[in-house]
Amino acid sequence: MADESGVLVLGDVAAGDLSLTSLELLAAGRGLADSLGQELAIGVFGATLDQPSSQAISHGADKVYAVTHPLLADYQVDVQLVAMEALVKEANPSIVLVARTNQGRELAPRLAFRLGVGLAQDCLEVSVDASSGKLLANRPVYGGNAVAVVSCNYSPQVAAIRPKAYEPLEADASRQGQVVSFPVEIDASQVRCQVVETVKEEAEGIKLEDARVVVSGGRGLGGPEPFSALEDLAKQLGGAVGASRAAVDSGWVPSSYQVGLTGKTITPDLYITVAISGASQHMAGCSGAKVIVAINKDSEANILREARYAVVGDWEQVIPAFAEAVRELVQE
Amino acid sequence: MPIKIAVLAKQVIDPEMPMAAFRVDSESKKVDTPATIPPVVNGFDENAVEAALQIKDSQEATVTVISSGTEFALDVMKKPLSMGADELVLLQDQAFGNTIDSFVTAQLLAAAVRKLDGFDLVICGRQASDWDNAQVPLGVAEILGFSCISLGKKVEVKDGKVVVERITSDGYEVVEAPLPAVVTVSNELGQPRYPTLRGIMAATRKLPTIWTAADLDVETDQLQPRLSLLDLFVPERIQQCEIIEGEDAADAGRQLALKLREAKLI
Ligand SMILES: Cc1cc2nc3c(=O)[nH]c(=O)nc-3n(C[C@H](O)[C@H](O)[C@H](O)COP(=O)(O)OP(=O)(O)OC[C@H]3O[C@@H](n4cnc5c(N)ncnc54)[C@H](O)[C@@H]3O)c2cc1C
Ligand SMILES: Nc1ncnc2c1ncn2[C@@H]1O[C@H](COP(=O)(O)O)[C@@H](O)[C@H]1O
Repeated sequence: MADESGVLVLGDVAAGDLSLTSLELLAAGRGLADSLGQELAIGVFGATLDQPSSQAISHGADKVYAVTHPLLADYQVDVQLVAMEALVKEANPSIVLVARTNQGRELAPRLAFRLGVGLAQDCLEVSVDASSGKLLANRPVYGGNAVAVVSCNYSPQVAAIRPKAYEPLEADASRQGQVVSFPVEIDASQVRCQVVETVKEEAEGIKLEDARVVVSGGRGLGGPEPFSALEDLAKQLGGAVGASRAAVDSGWVPSSYQVGLTGKTITPDLYITVAISGASQHMAGCSGAKVIVAINKDSEANILREARYAVVGDWEQVIPAFAEAVRELVQE
Repeated sequence: MPIKIAVLAKQVIDPEMPMAAFRVDSESKKVDTPATIPPVVNGFDENAVEAALQIKDSQEATVTVISSGTEFALDVMKKPLSMGADELVLLQDQAFGNTIDSFVTAQLLAAAVRKLDGFDLVICGRQASDWDNAQVPLGVAEILGFSCISLGKKVEVKDGKVVVERITSDGYEVVEAPLPAVVTVSNELGQPRYPTLRGIMAATRKLPTIWTAADLDVETDQLQPRLSLLDLFVPERIQQCEIIEGEDAADAGRQLALKLREAKLI
């Protein structure tokens, strides 16, 4: 294809609203489109799309493709891909952005392969190279130990953006944009993967991804019981509990607690780690936290290079006293 | 008919190596590994071997491990055989560089799957711990037109279908797809089995099949890298950590709470 132009965000709708990660993509896409002096478009997929379409415009989109079909009402990977590929061919953008959410983890690579192009995966930052006009993507590799800068040799240039890498733009109701409806031809025979059961294993209370305070426990806790002390502490602080992969692999908490490269990405104001060494793969999920606190008995642990405050000591002594003092302070 | 399973497994730099030993050569844009740290089979790929062997435990099946790369440590790559896999196929050519480009790697692996013919199931790791791309298996599925389920923590074959417990952000879902299928698995699948002595003995006797670029039928256009690596660097950390002291550890805990209050964080 020739004459590609503009940036196309592939958005998604959650409970009737444009999802938070889609708003983040619009912020990233707005920057790229402005550098290129081109249009920022978004594709939204579903059965009813009025609300998400206007949200997209107030958050930075110049154009919204409302891709409607009854089969798109509930996410199903195979038909979603057919719709996305059709839209990309119609819109003919030079850059496509997808969120590296759980769904994006399967959609983005498959879409790129269908289009015969490369995918810059799991990017923290995207920009336009001033001289070539090409997309430059910064992405952590080797578990976050290194950062790679990549560009795409084929068009469209596709990038998957890590959740929370960008902050949504302020909503501005006065922004103008165009909504076009893009009907797609899909049929039920394209559905291959069938979800036959859904099981929730999440902790009650505030969601880990949304919490402003997170208390996480690691292998050094030695078993599942100490997590209840962390739950109490998190409750005092109005936060949620997370864990390292070592704690999840040991079966102490479900995998929905895992923070890190292959777990959740969190950006709380305060992140308290208890008996976590701070491996790069763990830090990959929490380096966006404003303040990191470490409680660890090893003064050489990597987490001390990442933390703002630390107590070097045994959690069995530190945590009860810390929790007690927190209780007093919070109740004051 | 036995179920024919392929496991795609990659040889990678040991991700558990000490962080202090991690160095990047910015000139060649490569990670320098000290010779003293041997490579390993990508961790999630050992989970993939385990998933395949669990199927083989319960029904008639064969497990073929396929890997692509420029150089192999044969004793490392034989580990899946010693765990109980039947065959090892190595795609080895200087042209199969360990690059950031998943597109080409997927083309090569798909060509090998096609050449070996008749697979019902291709099981892969969720991502390789070097470039963390999490793309190759999905690409293989697209190229071959197989169904595709990612992030499995349990994989079963029943009535001509693959049934996978797929991890979601708040739990898991049970997903079914028709065969042939590509499935990726994650560490939630559980600890891979250890090689048995018998397995190790059997593995020493087995010779891998080795194919070069010439043995694989891939169009030249499909061997053109889709991405360019412009730079590779180790990010700088600038955090200054304040160690909170106290009379003893408990007191330090109290001081920490006061400090966080002072900083208006709690
Ligand atoms: C491809 C890949 C992806 C990965 N993804 C993730 C991921 O998403 N999330 C993740 O967390 N990890 C991930 N990992 C694993 C990661 O590399 C580490 O192995 C893991 O984070 C270690 O967990 P930990 O810090 O709890 O355990 P350890 O590294 O064993 O650290 C335990 C810490 O507890 C301290 N400790 C022990 N006893 C006490 C005590 N009594 N009081 C105080 N401190 C104590 C020790 O000093 C030590 O620092 C991944 C690895 C790979 C290869
Ligand atoms: N060179 C390779 N040889 C064999 N399998 C590979 C190779 N590269 C990737 N894979 C498979 O694809 C999965 C995801 O890898 P990646 O997309 O590179 O992160 C791995 O866990 C392997 O199962």
